Amino acid sequence: MTPNPYLWLVPILPLAGAAINGFFGRRSSKKAITAVALIFCGAAFFMALLIASSFSSASAPYYFNLAHWLRAGSFQVDFSFYLDQLSLVMLLVVTGVGFLIHIYSVGYMWEDDGYYRFMAYMNLFMFFMLTLVLAKNYLVMFIGWEGVGLASYLLIGFWFTKDSAAAAGKKAFIVNRIGDFGFLIALFLMIKHFGSLDFTHVFATVQTFSPETAGTGLLTAIGLLLMVGAAGKSAQIPLYVWLPDAMEGPTPVSALIHAATMVTAGVYMVARSHMIFDRAPMAMMVVAIIGTLTALFAATIGIAQTDIKKVLAYSTISQLGYMFMACGVGAFSAGIFHLMTHAFFKGLLFLAAGSVIHGIGGEQDMRKMGGLRQYMPWTFLTMTIATFAIAGFPPFAGFFSKDEILWKAYSSEYGSWVFWLIGVITAFITSFYMFRLWFLTFFGDYRGGAAQDADGGHAHRHDDQSHGHGHGGPHESPWVMLGPLVVLAFLSLVGGWIGIGGRFEHFLAPVFQSRTAAELARETAGEAAGAGTETLLMLISVGAAFLGLFLAWTLYFRRPQLPARIAASLGGLYQAVTHKYYIDELYNVLFVKPLIDGSTAILWHGVDQNVIDAAVNDSASAARHVSDNVRHMQSGNLRSYAGWVAAGGAVVIAYMIWMGVWVR
Amino acid sequence: MVPLSYYLLLSGILFVCGVLGFLIKRNIITIFMSIELMLNGVNLSFVAFAAHWQALSGQVFVFFVMVVAAAEAAVGLAIIIAVYRTRETLNVDQVNLLKL
Repeated sequence: MTPNPYLWLVPILPLAGAAINGFFGRRSSKKAITAVALIFCGAAFFMALLIASSFSSASAPYYFNLAHWLRAGSFQVDFSFYLDQLSLVMLLVVTGVGFLIHIYSVGYMWEDDGYYRFMAYMNLFMFFMLTLVLAKNYLVMFIGWEGVGLASYLLIGFWFTKDSAAAAGKKAFIVNRIGDFGFLIALFLMIKHFGSLDFTHVFATVQTFSPETAGTGLLTAIGLLLMVGAAGKSAQIPLYVWLPDAMEGPTPVSALIHAATMVTAGVYMVARSHMIFDRAPMAMMVVAIIGTLTALFAATIGIAQTDIKKVLAYSTISQLGYMFMACGVGAFSAGIFHLMTHAFFKGLLFLAAGSVIHGIGGEQDMRKMGGLRQYMPWTFLTMTIATFAIAGFPPFAGFFSKDEILWKAYSSEYGSWVFWLIGVITAFITSFYMFRLWFLTFFGDYRGGAAQDADGGHAHRHDDQSHGHGHGGPHESPWVMLGPLVVLAFLSLVGGWIGIGGRFEHFLAPVFQSRTAAELARETAGEAAGAGTETLLMLISVGAAFLGLFLAWTLYFRRPQLPARIAASLGGLYQAVTHKYYIDELYNVLFVKPLIDGSTAILWHGVDQNVIDAAVNDSASAARHVSDNVRHMQSGNLRSYAGWVAAGGAVVIAYMIWMGVWVR
Repeated sequence: MVPLSYYLLLSGILFVCGVLGFLIKRNIITIFMSIELMLNGVNLSFVAFAAHWQALSGQVFVFFVMVVAAAEAAVGLAIIIAVYRTRETLNVDQVNLLKL
């Protein structure tokens, strides 16, 4: 491959779009804003396609050095980009799904006053995400990492006049800071011990290390700290709490940032650092355990949510847990595969949910939906495909990636049947809550009444541009929104097929090739021997998906009165699940309140008021008092000045006489 | 030959007269003259030392001081006239503001 010298253009293009819209958007027409946002984002996608078409595995990875950045002794960091199979996959997912969601946003956000602001933020997000994906060293990655956090904050709090949105933005930002802290310390450790943050250099150094079998050591520490960062960004236990609240943002944001791209950055980072994790089995195990627990935990919360976007948010957390489970058992390519298919079907689910919300006038409560199948057939069709995809029905995309993960969780040398079992249970729950959502939204009778309710504080009550008369009942969304849905539905349908026969894994293999040949041979042998087992496990997971469908069908379609009775009979457990296991309340008591109280008492009243403010105020008033007295010297009276001069001269002379200067 | 100390004593007396006049008098013209008196007291000590040490530089300095004093007198008198025109008084106690 001739090295592609335009690699750096890919992130820069959306940045240019963001700058133009951000600076001039207020004055320009909506058409111009739309053109700028779509052209720059689309150009990035086009560039990505060009790069992909000229990509050849033989010459990967390919580097591009844009500029020097830091030089401090032997330590140096450059603005450099890195293209290999892994970043290529991420590049295509981010630009592709991002571009589709940009198109969708045109329809969804058209009536909003902050349209130009929204488009500028979206482009800005694309810039940072692409920087993150294409970075060649951890520091440039960290820029992107922080940048997507910023964009996420801005977009969650997009309707900032609403208290809950502003608070959700802050929560996301602060929780992410905790994770970033871990990431940052991992970077410091790398600088200290490897003297570099460059991927090539760090991995080459790490490669000389032998696996830390004792369970503790430098690589384990770095791995765990990186995982802390990943847990923050990718909403894993214990830092997942920000993601459900992030649903306060506009729905395209939830689709782009909080489902398809940004939240997967943690998975990408862990996969990128696989060289470190490969040599730190304990860190791997922690990643796998966190992923598995998160998958199960979030899925159970998803069962009892009534807000359509909250269900999807918990589902996202749960699916991210799958990806971490895959990374944790050493099946990085399976994790990335699921990341990609998840970007398709979860992006689609959110966009379809947005279409539903848009179509019924801003209502998000599933209990007030129902029967929408007949009002919005296209949304229904695409949502159906996405639902089947996430539930893991063949031949939809989710089936292939999820099955790959479950098989690896069972068969990999790091894996265990425990991971597999929890994975299958989670798959069953996933299928159940997704079909619950599906039945509640699209089947039965419409429960929204006149659909004119603007209650619940949902600010996005914008009219469809094709009907200027407001909401006369549920209606289908315009084609600018349905188009992306259809494309994503197609991808959700066929996206998994590239994984058939391990093709995707082979494509990514050069990236994750760090284990010894003997290990690989053993694994291949194990796979050949376990083909029968694999088929059996696959049947079980498909069975779990069908069971979920059947249960949801029974409870929410055939006998809709049953769920309430079951909920009542479960009592406390049901309460705990609806309240998300009281985790937010627990964090409030454990962390938030002590922090606020301590900050108020010690930092604010103690340090800030009594030390810092006091020092400033006291020095000011001291200066005032001294000046008050001294100013009497400046009377404006010439003779008093002369007197002072004479007295001063007399003092100088007296001093000289007394010191004996005059004597020589 | 008059001893050096006599000259210095006279010079000191002249200087102190100047200082006292400067402090006590209220009329700007008188104050101005007191300044000249101080300068001349210093001049006297210069020439006395110059004569005593047989060095010419002290005498040269005195010429410089005289030239500067003459220039200063020109400027100073001009200022005094300007002050009188605006204030219609030469009493420094009544000229205690920098503004009008």
